[in-house]
Amino acid sequence: MADPQTPDSRFAEYAHPERLVSTEWLAGELEAGNPHGIVVLESDEDVLLYDTGHIPGALKLDWHQDLNDQLTRDYVDGEQFARVMSARGIGRDTTVVIYGDKNNWWAAYALWVMSLFGHDDVRLVDGGRAKWIAEGRELTKDVPSPAPADYPVVERKDAPIRAFKDDVLAHLGGPLVDVRSPGEYSGELLHMPDYPQEGAMRGGHIPGARSVPWARAANEDGTFKSRSDLEGIYLQEQGLKPADPTIAYCRIGERSSHTWFVLTHLLGFDNVRNYDGSWTEWGNAVRVPVEK
Amino acid sequence: MVDTTGLPKALAEIAEDFAELPVPERLQLLLEFSEELPALPERFAGATDSMEQVHECQSPVFLSVEVDADSAADPAQRVVSLFFSAPQEAPTTRGFAGILHEGLDQLTVEEILAVPEDAPYRFSLAEAVSPLRLRGMVGMLSRIKRQVALKTRA
Repeated sequence: MADPQTPDSRFAEYAHPERLVSTEWLAGELEAGNPHGIVVLESDEDVLLYDTGHIPGALKLDWHQDLNDQLTRDYVDGEQFARVMSARGIGRDTTVVIYGDKNNWWAAYALWVMSLFGHDDVRLVDGGRAKWIAEGRELTKDVPSPAPADYPVVERKDAPIRAFKDDVLAHLGGPLVDVRSPGEYSGELLHMPDYPQEGAMRGGHIPGARSVPWARAANEDGTFKSRSDLEGIYLQEQGLKPADPTIAYCRIGERSSHTWFVLTHLLGFDNVRNYDGSWTEWGNAVRVPVEK
Repeated sequence: MVDTTGLPKALAEIAEDFAELPVPERLQLLLEFSEELPALPERFAGATDSMEQVHECQSPVFLSVEVDADSAADPAQRVVSLFFSAPQEAPTTRGFAGILHEGLDQLTVEEILAVPEDAPYRFSLAEAVSPLRLRGMVGMLSRIKRQVALKTRA
């Protein structure tokens, strides 16, 4: 039986292997009756996908409803976050394991938001929902009713991993990663291909940003690429350096959470911030520099 | 009370059904609509190229509209059939399509063109799925109306 403190050996090559679990490991924990009291969360782009069937015992965490403030363009505050966690039976010491659709894109976003609140032990299921299903593992429509936990009200600490527009302006000249599609980066497109128009007045990218579409970090089956493949992309090809403060952005900060996870936890960069204002802020801001 | 002014009867009934439910159950009803969305008829198999893509949706969604020229001499009274293709992994989008199919299929040209543009916001879903996601249904409805208008003029 796996100890939640012991990472899966296949992840040992990553900088922080404890941030990933395999589908096998998770299935084993569940079969063993969940001896370590982990809480499994599903975080998807599609708000109904969880309801069509999910990993037994998993609870839904929706990025819109649960993590975003409903009035201000910001994340929830410490009180709301404590309510969201407590309702799911999560305490400050709980091991939380997140999986989701689309290469864990929204799962990585949820993990990043939990990191703003300094939740210590939060991990992704490598390969996410697609891999679990591809392996023919059990799904259920039963929604568990966990006993509420008592999550403390913790102040959100944005500065270490979140960048605001002024931070990006001060960072110009330093390494930036634009994780959007090539068409968005070049300025031909003002929004993601096949996605709703989310409105930007200007197309292009932040001056000096390298273009590394986020999904390059994932294999066909949704798992993360090996460390050497990731180093090939981010270090050798793009010239990023783990010791340099780096900022990643996309359109609203969701795809760049995935890249933030890769740089921070898989490649061990010291200081990566996610600029969640991203292009929907930068592309609308007055007199900020834009490059095409 | 939900505002059903100007909605065709079937769509108004759907709006009332949603409004009567607490928020979590609205999601379940949306899921039922997604499950009940009819499969595409044989003639559309592998032919999504001939359909219109709904770019406002976050998944590859296609729709097609047929106006039955034999159903009435007056173009405004002709019967409209709606067809949707949306992936199983996108149940929210399928649910939107399911609502529009159940509410609008087999209505007349006149009835469909009269559907208010803000109809997607009358299903009490903004709280349950977020207003941002509802834009997909707005896109579907406006594309349906545009196609119906085009095909009636032709």
